[in-house]
Amino acid sequence: MTDTTLAPTRLALVGNPNTGKTALFNALTGSRQKVANYAGVTVERKEGVLTSPSGRVIHVLDLPGTYSLRARSPDEAVTRDAVLGRLAGETPPDVIVCVADATNLRLVLRLALELKQVGRPFVLALNMFDIAQRQGLRIDLEGLSREIGAPIVTTVATRKRGIEDLVLQAEALADSMPAGENVWHEPSAAEIRAAHGEAQRIMKAHVRPAERPDTWTSRIDRVLLHPVGGLLILSTVMFVMFQAVFAWATPVADLIEAGFVGLGGLVATVTPDGLLRSLLVDGLIAGVGSVLVFLPQILTVFFFILLLEDSGYMARAAFLMDRIMGSAGLHGRAFIPLLSSHACAIPGVMAARVIDQKHDRLTTILIAPLMTCSARIPVYTLIIGALIPRTTVWGFLNLQGLVMFGLYAAGILSGLLVAFVIRTLFWRTASEPFMMELPTYRWPDPENVLRNLWQRGMIFINRAGRIILPLMVLVWVLSTFPYPPEGATGPAIDYSFAGMIGHFIQPLLAPIGFNWQMSIALVPGMAAREVAVAALGTVYAVGDVEGAGQVALASILQTQWSLATGLSFLAWYVFAPQCVATLGVVKRETNGWLWPTVMFSYMFALAYLASLATYRGTVALGWG
Amino acid sequence: MSEALVLDAIAAPEALEAPVGVAGAGLLSIARVGACGVIERVSAFDGALPAPELERRLLELGFVEGARIEVLEEGLFGRDPIAVRLDDTRVAIRRREAAAIEIRFDSQADA
Repeated sequence: MTDTTLAPTRLALVGNPNTGKTALFNALTGSRQKVANYAGVTVERKEGVLTSPSGRVIHVLDLPGTYSLRARSPDEAVTRDAVLGRLAGETPPDVIVCVADATNLRLVLRLALELKQVGRPFVLALNMFDIAQRQGLRIDLEGLSREIGAPIVTTVATRKRGIEDLVLQAEALADSMPAGENVWHEPSAAEIRAAHGEAQRIMKAHVRPAERPDTWTSRIDRVLLHPVGGLLILSTVMFVMFQAVFAWATPVADLIEAGFVGLGGLVATVTPDGLLRSLLVDGLIAGVGSVLVFLPQILTVFFFILLLEDSGYMARAAFLMDRIMGSAGLHGRAFIPLLSSHACAIPGVMAARVIDQKHDRLTTILIAPLMTCSARIPVYTLIIGALIPRTTVWGFLNLQGLVMFGLYAAGILSGLLVAFVIRTLFWRTASEPFMMELPTYRWPDPENVLRNLWQRGMIFINRAGRIILPLMVLVWVLSTFPYPPEGATGPAIDYSFAGMIGHFIQPLLAPIGFNWQMSIALVPGMAAREVAVAALGTVYAVGDVEGAGQVALASILQTQWSLATGLSFLAWYVFAPQCVATLGVVKRETNGWLWPTVMFSYMFALAYLASLATYRGTVALGWG
Repeated sequence: MSEALVLDAIAAPEALEAPVGVAGAGLLSIARVGACGVIERVSAFDGALPAPELERRLLELGFVEGARIEVLEEGLFGRDPIAVRLDDTRVAIRRREAAAIEIRFDSQADA
């Protein structure tokens, strides 16, 4: 009978990494999931709801993977505190589900022994049980259950097998077993050894080793982890990913952009000329468009990351890159976020989630915007085209191409340098030793990949979009108000707040060779780097900078800018912190304004110094 | 063996001609691909992490006395890091931390 007064039951999923815990979470809760952050920390909180056959509402919390309740990272601290029922703002779980990879029980048994000490009722879910059976692994479930003092359920999360049984067992535990006494304390080395011994004894007594153990993983590793071949394959994988971002995502992004421009045009025809139209078209529609335009790149990057994670290749990529990234004080896993940042810093910053350790992750986030993103390309091509002669150097190198390459290299080198400085000056002691399990290779589960992709997209739109959109509208307000006076001759932006700010900061920018037009263009250019090109078009009053406009703008720059000014502007854009979307995403990913502020300040300082050095150096060489 | 000594061994490749198939005890940090044996002792030193913390992390990942170990792969630069089979799991570790793990290598006759 359905009892509506039945209090909701809370389950928490705990387990080693790579045990299919998230797949089990998906199988339990389906689409009824909510992703948020835990109060006060940047750890992602995933909760789902299901209704059991008996009509009971069950809340399921998917906790970060761990080898021990002894927390080593903020993620693991969340797991420990949730299990111990002392997580601020969280109701303690009624039942803990310990998720185990049935083919790899040794380490999880030690975790289960720790859970036993907590005194809260728990059930052991032997996941991927089909693989264990195929391998001929024999597990004496009754004996094992007796030894660990908890019921055991066998599951195949990706095929939704054993899920009902798991819910039934959890319900029975919640009804029958009150939480016992918590005798858990942080284990000493000796206690961990003893627990290992105990787990080993239990394994010997109740688990017969696989008759046909997996040999594929070793065979694949021989190729994928080959010192030279492995790196070549990794380069190929990364090349394909990078290509996909440009070949698949960019056209879609262009389509979205064109769609919003079209929508803006449509709205413009039905609204009267004036403030309302400008707010709708240039403020809101352009603002929403500027959020959604990032979606194709984010989804493409995460599609690859999810495939790499779920198949087990991500750990291998980290292995291969560890030594190279380590020389700059970065974690091997920082490689993928930084590569993605060459398309756009936003998926890059979001992809830094693959790094567990807080300081490693923050360092990666801080340097991600130094990688040359695609939004800088319009700025670079405009200035290079206008001011760098199309000559050939050393017989075969195109000077313009050489400058472009130099700008890319400057981005990468300065990023590694900043990381090195951060790690040697500020977070010296925090550098983590690289130790990680290399999981068994598996086919990624399409449903899991799609669900996670969907969640990433929604997180970006819901959370980052909420920060980006108002900032975009703010930039619009600054560039629009106040209106130029009657009979004004200059471009409208000159009379706006953006114009005032531009004129106000111009003395500050004069030493680096920026004229007032450039100073003004920097303000709307805060919206996104490529907007600076359009803004320059506006202040130089060439109108639309597409096609003929761009040529017109280039020829104006050619006559009005010195080479020193042009190079200074390029140097500025290697470092320029001008992208409110990136700052918004950093705010969301780091849960506060501290790190976006730090990022903005250090990049602004670097941009200024780089431009100053470039301008003064070029002038001193007589090319001013 | 002190950490400095081990790092010297890493820097000098000839010292890496480690006991592949030669019975005897040695550190995991100088083992080459193919070397296998049983973990004899895990005794951490202060480094990026304080010794007790490193020791517990190694233990939690399964580097525990009596576990069977085999070096499967090594990285390109300085042959670092290494991938090892540890009973029925695979783990990646840098040679620096591997210096905390003492192995009794199998003799050739056993192999």
